[in-house]
Amino acid sequence: MSLLEVRDLSVTFTRSGQEPVRAVDGVSFDVAAGQSVGIVGESGSGKSVTSLAVMGLLPSRGVQVGGTVTLDGNELTDMDQRALRDIRGRDVAMIFQDPMTSLNPVVTNGRQLVEVLTRHAGLSKGEAKAEAEQLLRRVGIPDPVRRLGEYPHQLSGGMRQRVMIAIAIACRPKLLIADEPTTALDVTIQAQILDLLRTLVAESGCGMIMITHDLGVVAGLCDDVHVMYSGRIVESAGTKDLFARPSHPYTDGLLQSIPRIDDDDPADLLHTIPGSARDTVAWDRGCAFQPRCARAVAECLSGPPAVTELGTPIVPHPVRCLRPVGQDVSLHEGNVAR
Amino acid sequence: MSLLQVRDLEVHFPIKAGTLFQRTVGAVKAVDGVDLDVEAGTTFGLVGESGCGKSTLGRAIMRLTEPTKGSVTLDGQDILALSERKMRAVRRQFQMVFQDPMASLDPRQSVESMLTEPLRAHKFPGGSAAHAKRIRELLDVVGLPESVVNRYPHEFSGGQRQRLGIARALALNPSLIIADEPVSALDVSIQAQVINLLKELQERFSLTYVVIAHDLAVVRHISKTVAVMYLGGIVEQAPAADLYGQPLHPYTRALMSAVPVPDPNVEESRNRILLQGDLPSPANPPAGCRFHTRCPWKQAAKCDTERPALRELPLVAPGHKVACHYAEDILSGKLTPHEVRPEEVALTPAADDPGSIETTEAHVAGGLTPGGPPGAR
Ligand SMILES: Nc1ncnc2c1ncn2[C@@H]1O[C@H](COP(=O)(O)OP(=O)(O)O)[C@@H](O)[C@H]1O
Ligand SMILES: Nc1ncnc2c1ncn2[C@@H]1O[C@H](COP(=O)(O)OP(=O)(O)O)[C@@H](O)[C@H]1O
Ligand code: SF4
Ligand code: SF4
Ligand SMILES: [Mg+2]
Ligand SMILES: [Mg+2]
Repeated sequence: MSLLEVRDLSVTFTRSGQEPVRAVDGVSFDVAAGQSVGIVGESGSGKSVTSLAVMGLLPSRGVQVGGTVTLDGNELTDMDQRALRDIRGRDVAMIFQDPMTSLNPVVTNGRQLVEVLTRHAGLSKGEAKAEAEQLLRRVGIPDPVRRLGEYPHQLSGGMRQRVMIAIAIACRPKLLIADEPTTALDVTIQAQILDLLRTLVAESGCGMIMITHDLGVVAGLCDDVHVMYSGRIVESAGTKDLFARPSHPYTDGLLQSIPRIDDDDPADLLHTIPGSARDTVAWDRGCAFQPRCARAVAECLSGPPAVTELGTPIVPHPVRCLRPVGQDVSLHEGNVAR
Repeated sequence: MSLLQVRDLEVHFPIKAGTLFQRTVGAVKAVDGVDLDVEAGTTFGLVGESGCGKSTLGRAIMRLTEPTKGSVTLDGQDILALSERKMRAVRRQFQMVFQDPMASLDPRQSVESMLTEPLRAHKFPGGSAAHAKRIRELLDVVGLPESVVNRYPHEFSGGQRQRLGIARALALNPSLIIADEPVSALDVSIQAQVINLLKELQERFSLTYVVIAHDLAVVRHISKTVAVMYLGGIVEQAPAADLYGQPLHPYTRALMSAVPVPDPNVEESRNRILLQGDLPSPANPPAGCRFHTRCPWKQAAKCDTERPALRELPLVAPGHKVACHYAEDILSGKLTPHEVRPEEVALTPAADDPGSIETTEAHVAGGLTPGGPPGAR
């Protein structure tokens, strides 16, 4: 059993007078202890909504959530708000792109840390103060004693993200969810933060979900990857496997269209995927990527495309596509799931 | 021949203090002694982390922000010497493309009125029939259907908006386009489309570009020459292949080693130079070499006392310029990197408190807000 099991998760926003929006559609994945799992996709593909659903942070009104989320054998989807809050403080922690959305601007860094430690880790105030200093040191903040007495806005973006990480790891969570944690940071600061996260996962053995639009970040950090498109996972694989044989036409196109810093002889023009994510098809009608897909055939518009398993039961590599890249021979019946 | 020549350009923003009687207590040295040459018909890439002065340099070249010192020569003409009136006529020769062109536009302005505006303002000949024809041409070259003329900003995706921004920049047949983070707000699949469009337009209309971006891979892809900025100065400049193939400045090396590569095998075997600490404040830049507080190769002599000039290394790397006292010895491996203790960076009011930026903003021409973090979305 994995640390986290997400099964058939779906999220629909229902606003009165408007068409319901299915932001997440039948998403399933696992995270094992000590493992980093990447979720990639372009903006609007449902990455953040997925993580909020896992955390139980979506509002109860105007949102329908389906499927199950199981952490360490406990099903979170059944829990009442209080039990969930406990788990959130203690067992699961989240890091956002903009730390200011979760740091309180009028409370010192120190008090925010102490509060978490006394509430969720059961430390006394004195113990919590000492631990807070240790935590800041651990996330690489110089002069932690001074920083504890300061307010979040007195820190640079990178330092603020470190404080956020200190708060997230304060109670030694089993699962860390990082939603674009370095997107707003400069690349040298990004490298520092990714290095820190890598070390924390290795040392503490917690699981991590890394949500990002940057396949470079995934390549350097994650063990497994799930590629999302229009609310669904379209391809999942071990990181090396995914980069070695990207098989969904979207994944493949994406990898080819990224300019690379180590490309010594760049082609004049980049590979492109035509259109934009706005050109889409509802999944129950067909493949949402069809309007942009060079490999599309008529069947791609007859209902949701089945999942093709390109891996083995031990090393799975499922692809939600009728004509995966590199699989031009007609597929074996047995290869097609569902 | 170089179309654009910049010499010893400086933009210092005064830092004011006091509520009633404001006095100048210092300066943000956003751009501090920059020389550059942009060859006609090519792309000059400018990279560096947020706050290093890229946008200010771009705006100063166009005189949207008045430089405090130096010269800018466009097509042989010293534009800093021009009167406001003459400047207006020159201004149509260069145009700017922004991260999100619509962010600065009236959401109630249709595509037609947005594209007509520059034509009218600069008295594009031929009256409204000619304007309408020009608009159709412009939409066509950026790959948008004519039918969008009556649409409004919110109806477009990010990529389409950027196409419109480019169409607007092209309206008056400029010779130089300064593009400030033109693709950093776009998704990867759209980014590639816009980069290709910029390249195709360059071919077709012999455009000269200065492309400002924090994404080093994007800049490598489109530039002929690339300059790296750090705290208001250019620390290295070379033809793209040379700069990326053999970065000479310690900062460039660190920067490049930090860029994630979408290839797990490469990532696994890479040597990262992790820089310690944050960028110092441009209001109080370190003495000597501005990078010395974070430089893993810093030496006891000269680094913290003498500011290194941007110089060519004719023997080891012709055409490649670097501002480091020890570039030769670092390249040959005679000097090796050492550990750096992170230095505390005091955030000065200028870099930290948006209020004071606004106060100084009022004292400079133009009036766009300074660049936020890269790709601030
Ligand atoms: N509160 C909401 N109400 C309605 N739709 C929403 C809401 N939040 C997100 N969405 C929609 O859900 C989809 C997925 O959003 P999100 O998970 O934020 O994408 P990502 O994080 O991948 O950029 C988007 O189409 C977005 O418009
Ligand atoms: N109008 C202004 N008044 C005061 N400081 C400014 C102003 N514009 C920019 N700055 C400062 O100048 C420095 C360089 O800014 P900018 O050119 O926007 O950098 P970049 O584009 O490289 O991110 C920053 O420290 C910024 O805060
Ligand atoms: S199912 Fe069809 S349209 Fe969708 S990605 Fe595969 S080939 Fe393309
Ligand atoms: S001059 Fe000195 S401090 Fe500056 S980059 Fe060179 S070695 Fe480093
Ligand atoms: Mg998101
Ligand atoms: Mg900028």
